[in-house]
Amino acid sequence: MSKTKEVLRGAEIFVRALKDEGIKHLFGYPGGAVLHIYDALYKQDDVEHILVRHEQGATHAADAYARATGKPGVVLVTSGPGATNCVTGIATAYMDSSPLVVFTGQVPTHLIGNDAFQEVDAVGVTRPCVKHNFLVKHVEDLASTIKKAFYVATTGRPGPVVVDIPKDITADSCEYEYPEHVDMRSYKPVLKGHTGQIKRAADLIATARRPMIYSGGGAILANADKELTVFTRHLGFPITNTLMGLGAYPGTDKQFVGMLGMHGTYEANMAMHQCDVLIAIGARFDDRVTGDLEQFCPSAKIIHIDVDPSSISKNIPVDVPIVGDVKHVLSELIALLENRKDLPTEKDLKPWWNQIKEWQGINCLAYDRNSEIIKPQFVIEKLYELTRGDAYVTSDVGQHQMWAAQYYKFDKPRRWINSGGLGTMGFGLPAAMGVKKAFPDETVVCITGDASIVMCLQELSTCLQYGISFTVINLNNRYMGMVRQWQEFFYESRYSHSYMEALPDFVKLAESYGHIGLRIEKSADVESALKEALQEKEKVVFIDFITDKTENVYPMIAAGKGHHEMHLSPNRELA
Amino acid sequence: MRHILSLLMENETGALSRVAGLFSARAYNIESLTVAPTEDPTVSRMTLVTSGSDEVIEQITKHLNKLVDVIKVIDLNESRHIERELMLIKLQARGENREEIKRLVDIFRGRIIDVTENTYTIEMTGAGDKLDAFISALEDGVILEVVRSGVSGIARGDKAIQ
Ligand SMILES: Cc1ncc(C[n+]2csc(CCOP(=O)(O)OP(=O)(O)O)c2C)c(N)n1
Ligand SMILES: [Mg+2]
Repeated sequence: MSKTKEVLRGAEIFVRALKDEGIKHLFGYPGGAVLHIYDALYKQDDVEHILVRHEQGATHAADAYARATGKPGVVLVTSGPGATNCVTGIATAYMDSSPLVVFTGQVPTHLIGNDAFQEVDAVGVTRPCVKHNFLVKHVEDLASTIKKAFYVATTGRPGPVVVDIPKDITADSCEYEYPEHVDMRSYKPVLKGHTGQIKRAADLIATARRPMIYSGGGAILANADKELTVFTRHLGFPITNTLMGLGAYPGTDKQFVGMLGMHGTYEANMAMHQCDVLIAIGARFDDRVTGDLEQFCPSAKIIHIDVDPSSISKNIPVDVPIVGDVKHVLSELIALLENRKDLPTEKDLKPWWNQIKEWQGINCLAYDRNSEIIKPQFVIEKLYELTRGDAYVTSDVGQHQMWAAQYYKFDKPRRWINSGGLGTMGFGLPAAMGVKKAFPDETVVCITGDASIVMCLQELSTCLQYGISFTVINLNNRYMGMVRQWQEFFYESRYSHSYMEALPDFVKLAESYGHIGLRIEKSADVESALKEALQEKEKVVFIDFITDKTENVYPMIAAGKGHHEMHLSPNRELA
Repeated sequence: MRHILSLLMENETGALSRVAGLFSARAYNIESLTVAPTEDPTVSRMTLVTSGSDEVIEQITKHLNKLVDVIKVIDLNESRHIERELMLIKLQARGENREEIKRLVDIFRGRIIDVTENTYTIEMTGAGDKLDAFISALEDGVILEVVRSGVSGIARGDKAIQ
């Protein structure tokens, strides 16, 4: 005898499906097209809804929630402007392969195409920046579409999925059943790598004398940090991480040579330039990483492990492509390597390590630690010390982001949360909010700049409403520092519109949102301010650090130059 | 090089725009594109003609495969195949010209499917270059209208894409 299924309205199906999917938090903002859903949310307490102050904030918060937890982040917004306000956040998640599921309300089915009030073609607008999107046409399809959305967002190379739900669908009723499995004939992500290719990779690894491991965000997305660490330690090879990959391998380990790319360390970039075997793991040869493609790793044979075949040989042709989940492939590779006797020995690698140590001797990250004026790097180093490298750090985009990546050493994955691919200013604050919601007992810090912070500042209200507390470190240089740096280097210091005139009083601003504001102007006060902030449990502590406005990020590879063509800091001798 | 890609995809609204959007977003070119449902109404078959270096074609194929609505992508150039295109063409046909055009249509194995005092409408199928050849064999100024379907392709032999 078959059990009779419950008949529910679309709005109730939506909420039940989230619950059955195991979703605990939903970031959203109401409006006409989703009012049935909001009514259904009102009547339950399985899924907690966090009311943001701008839909962009919801997407960044949910995106960061996903990055920190590895579980999908969920957003609910209304049609029209609700949907378009999400586009920046969706594109941000897309570029960094974050599993975000965004539900947008839509005008009733019979009005679609009618230029109805608050109508926008959400599926069309978001199509270029989603992994996939759906328009739900019948209430009977709602539950299965939600299941598919989560499945597509979280499997393979993760990414954002948009589900557009017309209002009438949320009023219609049908029997509710949440599918346990999804089977889509057109979507079958690969997990296992090709055994023959993995064997070829092992053969190539055995020949290496100047090897380099280059791992990216894919290693974190695949939860492959353990495998990556075992693999790297077993081989004794140097490893660099991309901006998105920091924390996949312990940042304090002696085999770690720092981040690579435009603002990577001297040793990481030089080692890239001179390596003979490059093992790329869950990385995508982004232009900020490779610099000039013609001069990229000129003498290296390249192995590339990635779950997305379209990332392989996209910018740089590779010798051994391996399509598969990084965790799976690395486990298989480790098993193969453990049985091999012909791997490069410590002695074989000695000359290479000696060379790397010489490069490290350049001290590329040196800066004036004794400056009375606050050096931005100093603030990050102090933060690192005080949090013992164990905080969740979100950031915005600019110089402060690069300093955070360079000076905060991440030993664990999913701790460093930034918009690497799209470079979205405004990401940091809502991101911190999302992370703190996921991990209320963890230390969360947002490192931001005077220009970025105002782009999603309104979320301070959300933080107050839900008692979400973290520390905001505003590295206030009164400039769009990164823009100013480019203008200094490449436009003869013509600072066109990069100066932040009429900045608000950030202390009062934080206070007016009901939080705590501090202004710190001397290096001597940095540590005590940070200590005070990190102890606060209820409110956001916004520290406005008045930093040296002339400081630049070094090393730097100008766009389109090779890895060996770095600008180095003029302050190196101050080490 | 010119490639003919054959796609099976979900017959869903929006699937076509995903393919078209991919080509414009990544600056790949589409020479022609035809699409219609197959014997299974939930599946559409698309034939897409594009050109590019081997690397570009490889990327196009990978990105097409990545689209969630796409079930299968085959590069017909990788094996022997047949391509056909349908052309409907309306020509000015007066006086002695009428006979001349009729002869030409016969040579190219086309059919005259509509006739007025002053015009012929012709149906012709074949590979694209045959249709091109017909057009260039015509006298200047006689063409009133050309409608081409774009290429449809299928592999030769026992092989079938399913
Ligand atoms: C939404 C958005 N608009 C513009 C940019 C271009 N941009 C990159 S960094 C930057 C300046 C950031 O200034 P600030 O937040 O003060 O950081 P700083 O570089 O000074 O540390 C700008 C405008 C961007 N990344 N995102
Ligand atoms: Mg600034």
